[in-house]
Amino acid sequence: MRITAEGLSWSVAGTPVVRGVSLDIAPGETVGLLGPNGSGKSSLLRCLAGLRTPDAGTVRYDGACVRDWSARRIARHVAFAEQDAGADSDLRVADVVGLGRTPFRDRWRGPDATDRAVVAAALERVGLTALAGRSWKALSGGERQRAHLARALAQQPYALLLDEPTNHLDVRHQLELMELLTDTGQTVLVALHDLSLAARYCDRLLLLHHGRLVAAGPPAAVLTRERLAEVFEVDADLATDALGRPAVTYRGPLGGSPPRHAALTAFTPRLIHHSTPHEGTP
Amino acid sequence: MAADPAAHRAPVDLPLPADLPLPVDLLLPAARGHVAAGEPVVAGERSAPARAALFLLAAAVLAGSLAAAVRIGTADVGWAGLARVLGARLGLDVTPPPPLVDSLVWDLRLPRVLMAALVGASLAVCGAVLQAVTRNALADPYLLGVSSGASAGAVTVVVLGVGASALGVTGGALAGALLAFGLLLLLLRRTGLDSTRIVLTGVVVGQLFTALTSLVLMASADADTTRAVTHWLLGSMAPARWDTVAACAVVTPLGLLVAWLCSNALDGLAFGTDTAASLGIGVRRTRLLLLVVTAVLTAVAVATVGAIGFVGLIVPHGVRFLVGPSHRVLLPYAALAGAVFLVWTDAVARVAFAPREIPVGVITALLGVPLFLLVLRRRGEL
Repeated sequence: MRITAEGLSWSVAGTPVVRGVSLDIAPGETVGLLGPNGSGKSSLLRCLAGLRTPDAGTVRYDGACVRDWSARRIARHVAFAEQDAGADSDLRVADVVGLGRTPFRDRWRGPDATDRAVVAAALERVGLTALAGRSWKALSGGERQRAHLARALAQQPYALLLDEPTNHLDVRHQLELMELLTDTGQTVLVALHDLSLAARYCDRLLLLHHGRLVAAGPPAAVLTRERLAEVFEVDADLATDALGRPAVTYRGPLGGSPPRHAALTAFTPRLIHHSTPHEGTP
Repeated sequence: MAADPAAHRAPVDLPLPADLPLPVDLLLPAARGHVAAGEPVVAGERSAPARAALFLLAAAVLAGSLAAAVRIGTADVGWAGLARVLGARLGLDVTPPPPLVDSLVWDLRLPRVLMAALVGASLAVCGAVLQAVTRNALADPYLLGVSSGASAGAVTVVVLGVGASALGVTGGALAGALLAFGLLLLLLRRTGLDSTRIVLTGVVVGQLFTALTSLVLMASADADTTRAVTHWLLGSMAPARWDTVAACAVVTPLGLLVAWLCSNALDGLAFGTDTAASLGIGVRRTRLLLLVVTAVLTAVAVATVGAIGFVGLIVPHGVRFLVGPSHRVLLPYAALAGAVFLVWTDAVARVAFAPREIPVGVITALLGVPLFLLVLRRRGEL
């Protein structure tokens, strides 16, 4: 499914968060959404997922403006997953994944054979079949992320919008998740913090800075030394890795804060002072 | 007509059973066959007939409790007497019972026991719903300030005699409850009805009406009125008559049905506003609907029998421990368990210190606290 936005703006309590973003994501494309903290990634994702009504601009799915669509109709087209959702639930994993069937169920009946089969398939896809009967509370952060992805897959969406799905995941699971996303063959827009991971798996990258889209294109075109300095305020080297993708090596933060060794030297005497035996610290 | 994305591309392809009755465009045929249709997702899960049997068993326990509770009392009517009263009232060909027995069973005990069942079911379900809507394990039906409003209304009628002839205690309490809920909605009207705001606003409204109740009592009531009002404030089934039972019998099942139809949304709300909305749940609309339903159910219950504490707090937790947190299953069992719990605690309230009657609210707390502690302990949370 093609997702397009024209002149999208959204603000909270008078503070603009997303400013005039236009984008076009082609069917089947995996697109990485990059930007520092507070650059508007999460808000832009929520506007595109129909969870926020933009102050200006339009969101279109395959050319149809979704402004007046019901939540249910949107949920039948796109699935959305955010980080750290639902820490206090004690539903079983299978029931949480089953929530992905909500947009297809009517109120009167429980899960049917289709729902159960889709849930089982989604669990298998993310490798959580063995944990289907486990309580949500008993899951690790990484298992929850994968369960949320399974829930999104159970929605059988035409597009996946994911907010930092690799949080809490170890390296292997990060790679597996990114491969799984690209394997769906669906339109995927994924907000990521790890620039190298984004460069490795995404067809295209979008770079946000203070709510504006400052760059869009193939990873090698978006990730340049000058842009990383300007947007992320880091000093980084870019090379091409064995797979032909940009690889980022960080030298350190730019400006403001002093070099790390200076900070350590300044701090050391106080540490020594506080750890004298008389004060009883181990 | 908007373009249908299905025309462009199949949705996320999952390996599904080949024999599944699905719309053709939903799945790519090549990927099917990994999972057998109809198999439970979780190993060892009960089958549908087993689940139905279990629920019928629980319903039978309620029916048995109702019958037993009608028999229990300071005057022993016996099973035969009970059968004769019911038989005669239902127009069957039986020896009519003595008028005193008939009046005792039909006019006093039966409406009282039915009222206990309806109120118990109502409070337990309201508690479960509000715990989910506010994402707060301590939520109970009185969180919205409805019971405080009812108290203020009842006290105003009883002590000050305002509208005493037109409304009566029940009418006054109902008016007070709805007034409090109206104020709550007014205060919440421009918000997204998020959990914290509901809890805080409810507490504030409740405190206001509690203060008004105390003010009226302290300023105007004599000892006898205070005693009568206290009995009502603690909750007692004694005022239950056929007219109030009839009102409850119409409102309560309707409210419970509406809550049950929202059970999927209640599950989804545990994951926060955005995730719930992304599942196609109209979050604000659902929250508002559930607030109105719980407020009306609570108002009707409280108006007749006072604010019986603890049922709406402990029964949902106990039932969640037994049948799991999924609301589709939780709500019906909470209704049954709440009904059984209140029917029995009311029976205890009637006979334990006979002929003196203890307000049932005292008994629910006395029995409820140890039960609640037991549940917490079994869950490893204490």
